[in-house]
Amino acid sequence: MKALQVHHSVRRFGMARLLSVTSPSTSVRVAPVEYRSIDDPPRPSGEGWNKVTTRMCGICGSDLALIDGHASTYFEDFVSFPFVPGHEIVGETDSGRRVVIEPVLGHAARGAKPPWEGAAPADGDDYAHLATGPLEPGIQTGFCCSTGGGWAPWFWAHESQLHDVPADMSDETALLIEPLAGSVHAALIANHHENRHLGDTESPIFVVLGAGTMGLGAIAALRAAVPNARIVSSARYPQQMRLARGFGADVLASGDELPRAVRRLSGSHRIGSHLSSGSHATIDAIGDASSVRQAIEVTRPRGAVVLLGLPGDVRLDLTGLWHREIALLGSYTYGTEHVDGKDVRTFDLAMQLARHIGAERLVSATYPLEDHVQALAHAASAGRRGAIKIAFDMRGTH
Amino acid sequence: MPRPGFVLDVDRSTPPMLFWHGEKFSLERLPSDRSRVIYPAEPFPGISDVGGAIRHALDNPIDMEPLRALLVPNMKLTICFDDASLSLPKMRRPDSRQRVIEAVLNLAAEAGVDDVHIIAALGLHRRMHEYELRHVLGSRIYDAFAPAGTLYQHDAEDPENLTVLGTTDHGEVLEINRRVAESDLVVYANVNQVAMDGGWKSLVTGVASYRCLSHHHNPESLRNTRSLMDRHHSALHHSIWRLGKVLRDHGPKIFQIETTINTDAFPSPFDFLSKREWEWTARDRATFLATSKTLNRLPRRAARKIFHGIEAPYAMTGIHAGFTESVHERTLDDVYRQHLVEVEGQTDILTLGVPFISPYNPESIMNPILVMCMGLGYMFNMYRNKPLVREGGVVIMTHPTYRDFHPVHHPSYIDFFDEVLADTTDPVVMSEKWEKRYAEDEWYRHLYRTGNAYHGVHPFYAWYWGAHGQQWAGRVIIVGGDPVAVRRMGFTPASTLDDAFELASDVVGRSPTITHLHVPSVLVADVK
Repeated sequence: MKALQVHHSVRRFGMARLLSVTSPSTSVRVAPVEYRSIDDPPRPSGEGWNKVTTRMCGICGSDLALIDGHASTYFEDFVSFPFVPGHEIVGETDSGRRVVIEPVLGHAARGAKPPWEGAAPADGDDYAHLATGPLEPGIQTGFCCSTGGGWAPWFWAHESQLHDVPADMSDETALLIEPLAGSVHAALIANHHENRHLGDTESPIFVVLGAGTMGLGAIAALRAAVPNARIVSSARYPQQMRLARGFGADVLASGDELPRAVRRLSGSHRIGSHLSSGSHATIDAIGDASSVRQAIEVTRPRGAVVLLGLPGDVRLDLTGLWHREIALLGSYTYGTEHVDGKDVRTFDLAMQLARHIGAERLVSATYPLEDHVQALAHAASAGRRGAIKIAFDMRGTH
Repeated sequence: MPRPGFVLDVDRSTPPMLFWHGEKFSLERLPSDRSRVIYPAEPFPGISDVGGAIRHALDNPIDMEPLRALLVPNMKLTICFDDASLSLPKMRRPDSRQRVIEAVLNLAAEAGVDDVHIIAALGLHRRMHEYELRHVLGSRIYDAFAPAGTLYQHDAEDPENLTVLGTTDHGEVLEINRRVAESDLVVYANVNQVAMDGGWKSLVTGVASYRCLSHHHNPESLRNTRSLMDRHHSALHHSIWRLGKVLRDHGPKIFQIETTINTDAFPSPFDFLSKREWEWTARDRATFLATSKTLNRLPRRAARKIFHGIEAPYAMTGIHAGFTESVHERTLDDVYRQHLVEVEGQTDILTLGVPFISPYNPESIMNPILVMCMGLGYMFNMYRNKPLVREGGVVIMTHPTYRDFHPVHHPSYIDFFDEVLADTTDPVVMSEKWEKRYAEDEWYRHLYRTGNAYHGVHPFYAWYWGAHGQQWAGRVIIVGGDPVAVRRMGFTPASTLDDAFELASDVVGRSPTITHLHVPSVLVADVK
């Protein structure tokens, strides 16, 4: 089949990284990602594997970070080259089920013992299964050469990864369930931290940095989880601002305006250039040095910064983090959440949220796989170009 | 005798007119046969013997006993004075406040009064820097009183040092500085640069609390102030005069000293600014060209430093002392004599060159809110009877309206611009929705009390100041302003004056009448 495939080339990753600053489309052209004929991946060993035909597959920030060479070398041991990217997938199984994929290749997919009965693929406190078992290493579908990924006409998915899409839900809405699940997870981490330390706060302040798909999703998830929250969004572009407002942001402020907006909401003083207090929790849906720095700056002492965007290699002065005793928390994917005394899968919450916010309006443009250069360049400059989510549409090509 | 102010009808032979443009200026040609320019009077001559005039005023007050008769040992004497918002630009030393206060202190010393406090009546303005206090009062007074803690600045947020003296029949609460309220005698040293100032306004705003000021510094009062320069038709002044009556009935004895200054604002080489364009000499034209080109090349910060460094050669033209209301009527006579220019009828378009300074940015940055305040507040209100521009007409201002703010002086202005103006430009809506939050913000309060920041509510007051002009004008256009800032304020940006006239034609048609208020130099148009 013809698919987009990433192979390991330090030189081309390096060139792509350099060019990504000036020309996203040139960066994509030199990156080690190619649209080519590849061998069909053999069915993985073990029970429960389904051949899934891709209907739509989104382009995620982590995909872009990988392609333009910004991803951390941390992942080198957790992925297996060459692989087909793509993990925001709506597909159809051979048996005719329309599904979204929970892409983490968890214990069940790798024949390992789950941490508890009914655990989600990403649950647990030992990542050994991500690099062991019958599959090649790969944190999730789209980073593992054994299963393939969504930027191809089809791939292998384990039964534990499949979530049925309701008949009345469009593919476009379903496409957003996976990224929204990440946003929901981050929002709940932020809220749990806030609850643990400042449970008596009537209307906690949350800052969400970034207003791409994940940032907007975090705003919507926070609004759903904490109706009385005061949410500050750093949305910069008109379409981001409109959606951020619509999803529940109370205040929009970017750049230098953001600390001032947080100061006003929190009634803080300023000590030099620092806020005396700040948000109860900040979700960083960008994940670069400046966003993490700003997240720490606008978060109150003993608050939390939740890293939702893939941060990569960042250089930071952590004195503020140390002095303010801020918890720096990672938020990778999703799993089982504990909400209102019950365990619930993040994907189920995300499915509700996608329907509630009309997530299909986040899909700005779709491309066929063969136009991947334009698609990836569009995704790399989505905010500036007035877009939110860019996706590959393979319906009608099978 | 100085030549009086007058109205020039523009014809083809009229040279281009000088327009202020912040820290720059330009020459603009106005359409002939339908434009006119209002020029102020030339500066009046100053009093030749200022010391003698001060002594005479203190010894021969109006409707009160001579000051020396009011001074007795063991009394509590408090001297209040106008803050750095006056004069504009700051006057060359010695400031008239220094001369007046020195004379008062001499009399107090002769009378054996040793409990003397000197208070800067700054209301909700920023605290003055030490160099400003030294400039206004002179180092002799500063060094004698400041180290002992008896020269200080009014704090409108110090509950321990505020007291309520009473309430007007309109329910307005007079809450003022406790030391002032409990003094045996309060002497006020005023500088009257425009008719708005002085009278009861000196104490009732200068040493009042936010609660007290909010009775008249609000959209309703300012929209019904016709104009700020005519206290008899000003809702703001009516409220202040009511509070003044409470002060008179329940407060300390007050000895008001009001001084007027002439309009000689700019020394050489900037003196050409005050001249009439067709009378410019070759040297004036050369100076204009050289200055303009230099200012165009200079970074804004450097240009600002030059202008704020100017010390005006103002001369004192009058001094009256005694009972506040009687004194103020004499002062107004003096002020109007210098400022009033009779103007026949209103105009479709009023053009205003907005300078680098307003009362709220001495030694500071003219941020966008202050541009609005200066243009639609002060300059628009330079009238008696009726506004220069007809209702629904167009006001065109020239100013770069950059999005610069002084972070120390104007912290709440930055937030006001970001947050409040992004939400609304309607003074009524913002007063209901936002004012309280800003007025009670602890950080602003801290900066006002301990730093050099305007009170948190001050940008609202600056905005309300322009409420009448904002409501009156059909469109407000700013030439050469930052488009984002101009639009944020609800105005229309234009790149040139001709563009502005083109934009104005949507509102006032193709052949509107145009009136240009010639500044610098202060004038009040008496519109018939």
